Amino acid sequence: MKGKRDFSGLKKLAPFLKTYRGMFAAMIVCTVLVGVFNTILPLFQQYAFDNFIANDTLEGLAPFIVLYILCLLVTMALDYVASFDCCKLEMYLLRDMRRAAFNHLQTLSVSYFSANSVGRVHARVMSDTSAIGSIISWDVYQGGWNVTYVISAVIIMLALDPLLALCVIVVVPLVAVASCYFQRRLTVLNRRVREINSEITGGFNEGITGVQTAKTLAIEDRLDARFSRNTARMHRQGTKLGHNRALFYSIIAFASSAALALVLWYGGVLTAENAVKLGTLTVFMTYAQGIMSPVQWSVDAIADLIAVKVNAERLSALLSTESDVKDTPEVTAKYGDTFDPKRENWEPLYGDVEFRDVTFRYPDGEENVLEHFNLKVPKGTLVAIVGETGAGKSTLVNLVCRFYEPTEGQVLIDGRDARERSVGWLHSHIGYVLQTPHLFSGTVRENLLYGNETATQAQLEEACASVNADKVIARLENGYDSCIGEDGCSLSTGEKQLLSFARAILADPAIFVLDEATSSIDTITEKLIQQAIEKLMRGRTSFVIAHRLSTIRSADVILAVHGGKIVESGTHEELIKRRGYYYGLYIKQFREEKLRRQEIIP
Amino acid sequence: MENTKGKKFTKGGMLAYFLRGCRLLFAASIISGLIVTFINVVIPQVISFTVDSVIGEEQPQGVAGWLAGLFGGVQAVRGRLWVPAVAVLALALVMAVFQYCALYFNHRANQSLMRGMRNGLFRHIQRLPAGWHSKHSTGDIIQRCTSDADVISNFVSNQLYQLVRIIILLVLSLALMFAMDVELALIAAAFIPLLVGYSLFFYARAGKSFRKCDEEEGVLSSIAQENLTGVRVVRAFGRERYERDKFEKQNVYYTGLWVRIERFLAAYWTTNDFLSALQCMLLIVVGTVFCLRGQITAGDLVAFISYNTMLMGPVRQLGRIISGMRRAGVSIGRIAEIMNAEEESYGEAGELSGDICFNDVSFEYEAGKPVLSGVSFTVPQGGTLGIIGGTGSGKSTLMYLLDGLYAPTGGHITIGGRDISEIPNATLRANIGFVLQEGYLYTGTVRENIAAASPSDDLQSVRRAASAACVDENVSSFPSGYETVVGERGVTLSGGQKQRVSIARTLLRKTPYLIFDDSLSAVDSETDAEIRSRLAREYGSSTVIMISHRITTVMNADNIIVMDEGRVAEQGTSEQLLALGGIYKRIYDLQMSLPDELKEGANEG
Repeated sequence: MKGKRDFSGLKKLAPFLKTYRGMFAAMIVCTVLVGVFNTILPLFQQYAFDNFIANDTLEGLAPFIVLYILCLLVTMALDYVASFDCCKLEMYLLRDMRRAAFNHLQTLSVSYFSANSVGRVHARVMSDTSAIGSIISWDVYQGGWNVTYVISAVIIMLALDPLLALCVIVVVPLVAVASCYFQRRLTVLNRRVREINSEITGGFNEGITGVQTAKTLAIEDRLDARFSRNTARMHRQGTKLGHNRALFYSIIAFASSAALALVLWYGGVLTAENAVKLGTLTVFMTYAQGIMSPVQWSVDAIADLIAVKVNAERLSALLSTESDVKDTPEVTAKYGDTFDPKRENWEPLYGDVEFRDVTFRYPDGEENVLEHFNLKVPKGTLVAIVGETGAGKSTLVNLVCRFYEPTEGQVLIDGRDARERSVGWLHSHIGYVLQTPHLFSGTVRENLLYGNETATQAQLEEACASVNADKVIARLENGYDSCIGEDGCSLSTGEKQLLSFARAILADPAIFVLDEATSSIDTITEKLIQQAIEKLMRGRTSFVIAHRLSTIRSADVILAVHGGKIVESGTHEELIKRRGYYYGLYIKQFREEKLRRQEIIP
Repeated sequence: MENTKGKKFTKGGMLAYFLRGCRLLFAASIISGLIVTFINVVIPQVISFTVDSVIGEEQPQGVAGWLAGLFGGVQAVRGRLWVPAVAVLALALVMAVFQYCALYFNHRANQSLMRGMRNGLFRHIQRLPAGWHSKHSTGDIIQRCTSDADVISNFVSNQLYQLVRIIILLVLSLALMFAMDVELALIAAAFIPLLVGYSLFFYARAGKSFRKCDEEEGVLSSIAQENLTGVRVVRAFGRERYERDKFEKQNVYYTGLWVRIERFLAAYWTTNDFLSALQCMLLIVVGTVFCLRGQITAGDLVAFISYNTMLMGPVRQLGRIISGMRRAGVSIGRIAEIMNAEEESYGEAGELSGDICFNDVSFEYEAGKPVLSGVSFTVPQGGTLGIIGGTGSGKSTLMYLLDGLYAPTGGHITIGGRDISEIPNATLRANIGFVLQEGYLYTGTVRENIAAASPSDDLQSVRRAASAACVDENVSSFPSGYETVVGERGVTLSGGQKQRVSIARTLLRKTPYLIFDDSLSAVDSETDAEIRSRLAREYGSSTVIMISHRITTVMNADNIIVMDEGRVAEQGTSEQLLALGGIYKRIYDLQMSLPDELKEGANEG
């Protein structure tokens, strides 16, 4: 357990700050100086009262004005440096942390992303960094100013008149204590209000997405009541928050006025006795009113700095996560790493794959899903993996792609242990098509070139034609330069599938991995996809998580997976004869395909 | 909130409508705020009086003199400095109380406004016709209900409030300053339009840049998002370096954009600070000169400086507030668009019975694109009808019409001889149990979901409905059973489980009419058959319409219609349709056949 005062998470941020230590130091120095100058300004007022007015003379007014303006100009310059440095610091830190997080994520294996949801990881990269950046810069900048203002004002007051100073200083701790108390309460209440707020947004979402359900069930009134329970809760908590905020601000304002009243009373007595001059009194009145907000803001800044610990720990946890699939230093030396591959040392990949005595267990799993598994897959072989949803069909694919390493045993590529060569080398020879095709926003061309940047237009067109993607592209307004993604044209799943086949074929992989789609795609596209797959697999070692009968029947080896384990293997004919698990599965698959195909009929 | 049906709001009218319940609170808040402002303005007067007449020797004039008279004349106060100190403290106490009131009432009023607005929107949106919903995207409506509503609340509770307060403060303190000395007051006042103009100019320009920055951060965010969701593709194609460069480029661009704006921002803040400080200096210098000339007293100068300090912050806020208020008009308009859309009519729920009769019904969602044309069929009370047909053949639309979600564009639908256009929607939906293909499950427990549309959530009856829908076993096997929370933050049910929970939810309503719109599609054939046999046993008296892709689901129905491109292509019992040798027969043959090789295998075995 980490204690409350453990700041090791913050320490991990040190390297980021180190780059900008000059900027950081300049910011702090300038903001402190600005604070000092801001507390000095009331002294000009004092001088005006005590020298010009009290002595009934204007002598020295010109240098007074010059000095005053000089002070203002210096303050402005310092503040410009401080605030601009603060902005830059925030943005540069943010940029560097995001870069580090993003780049680090690129080196992590797929297992990390299976264990952590995209939303969470995304928040680490975007939101946590943002919170850290703004707190390290703005809270330090403002905190620095506020703390300096308080200290400097106290020093000046003590220097002017220690007893009168006490009239103001005595109120400061009270304000500090009140600030601490309310700061904590307000944080809790704010969090609660935010939570309810997101529930309300969720409620709107439910009401709008589920509107047809609500109508058909005739439960509009109930949903109203349900929704208004949340808004009533919001009303209660929001009002409570309002009460606390109002109380807090009133107390701070009253404290200022109380200090002012004290100064007026005691200072007035001193002034009347001529112990203190009128100008000094006005300075004290200025501080009495000006010092309370800085006290409050100092407390806020410190609280924020403590709270950022959570974000910092999350970020550093991400940065210190090691990939479970890592090349050895020797391999990296020869083949290069993720970002700097040494392609000149890369051998071609022929296409023989062999599982030799492989035992495998998922990092978060309790039992082995493969035990002493052996399988030789010579170049050009089609391996079909079949089984129910969630039976663990992706395991073999994960091992071939080196998304995971075998717990024991070896995966051999062209007769050599996969680990003898780099992950990058292997991946550059694999074509991979997902069940739900993933395209990136950008143009069609950018997406197609994803696996082979140097392909020519002719190669591009040939690849598209060979998998029937040319028809999809022809339909698009700007052809290869059409934008896809959120703002671009919309493609159906089947069309995306065809584009991802074209992308795979351009990469010209020796090993082809395919997760066939189960969802119903319109018949014409399905036929096109069928042809594309056949084209793709020709001459390549292929691993297919198969749902289509045609793929299954033409496979060289079928592996039937049940409960995470391979229960049967063999050719289609062998397995049908066996009348085992595969047999039942096949009939089911057959019926389902018929059901899908039924769309052809009317 | 009352029904807003038929009302058309102007922007102002809508704001007034939402403000109905909280006008008094807002008024109380503004009045308290004004009292605070007033006391704020009075305190420097007390100090000025103290400096001049209590500490100094000046003879008080006007109100101050009269007040001093009440305490036995200025002579009595002189030397008793605790009197003005206590006066300040007393004023401060009163001010603190009103400060609290102003803020608290404001928060409370704002909360009431938000509650009313959200409840009103939710209620209204629930009752907008299905046709309206199909034309508006969920994201857009949610955006309006959240962001735009926030803009409005900020406008009323913050911007309007601040504006009123700042204007009153300006008027009061300027009046007092002018009363003390016109020339000095002019110096203070001259800077006000300058500062307000400067900030208006700045926020007008900066607004665009801020939006641009937000958009660019959005781009950066989606690059990261796509990279994470497509991690397998990135890895499999070995494109980590490309991804790094793509992110890097946008990251650097976004940072540069901000830094450029920040330079501008930092310059604005500091020059703004400088201008205010310069004005303060000018006031001190000129004030000192006036003081020496005897034009004003030292106390007046102290008061002047106080007022000036008091005004600076609010004046500098003014530009920001005014430029922010422009957004409010747009947001109010966007919400008014929702509130002005017409709700469905519901009427009173009553009994319903008799045969369902479609007579030459046609329908189109968009003019010129018929979805249904000339559909006629009858379902006798207590009978079952099966509907089969391809995607887009209009099967579901038929049922939407029957449930009053849309009105037919031609022909008549009658139930028990009554035209459904004359049957209140409330009656229709209370009597028709309609299981949608993808029914929505609400965040909450399984039990709450099944009982969502029924008067009681008694576990016995919930379980009975669940077991008729063949989902009781599944639910009971969950660690928390019927108290398992489903939805975003709970357990994710499989497609088949969701469908069966939806069925149970409808069955529990015990309606005389039941419609299943392909609501067994994710359930395997055996369970499908089991559910149907339980339905026949326990809900046999209901009139049932079953839409399906699966031939086995509809083949036992009393009557089957085959839909094709919005028309009834074939109609009859399963035997009749098989004999007909049309579409139905083809579907039947396809679905009921076994693979040829297996037949051979069977012969061998």
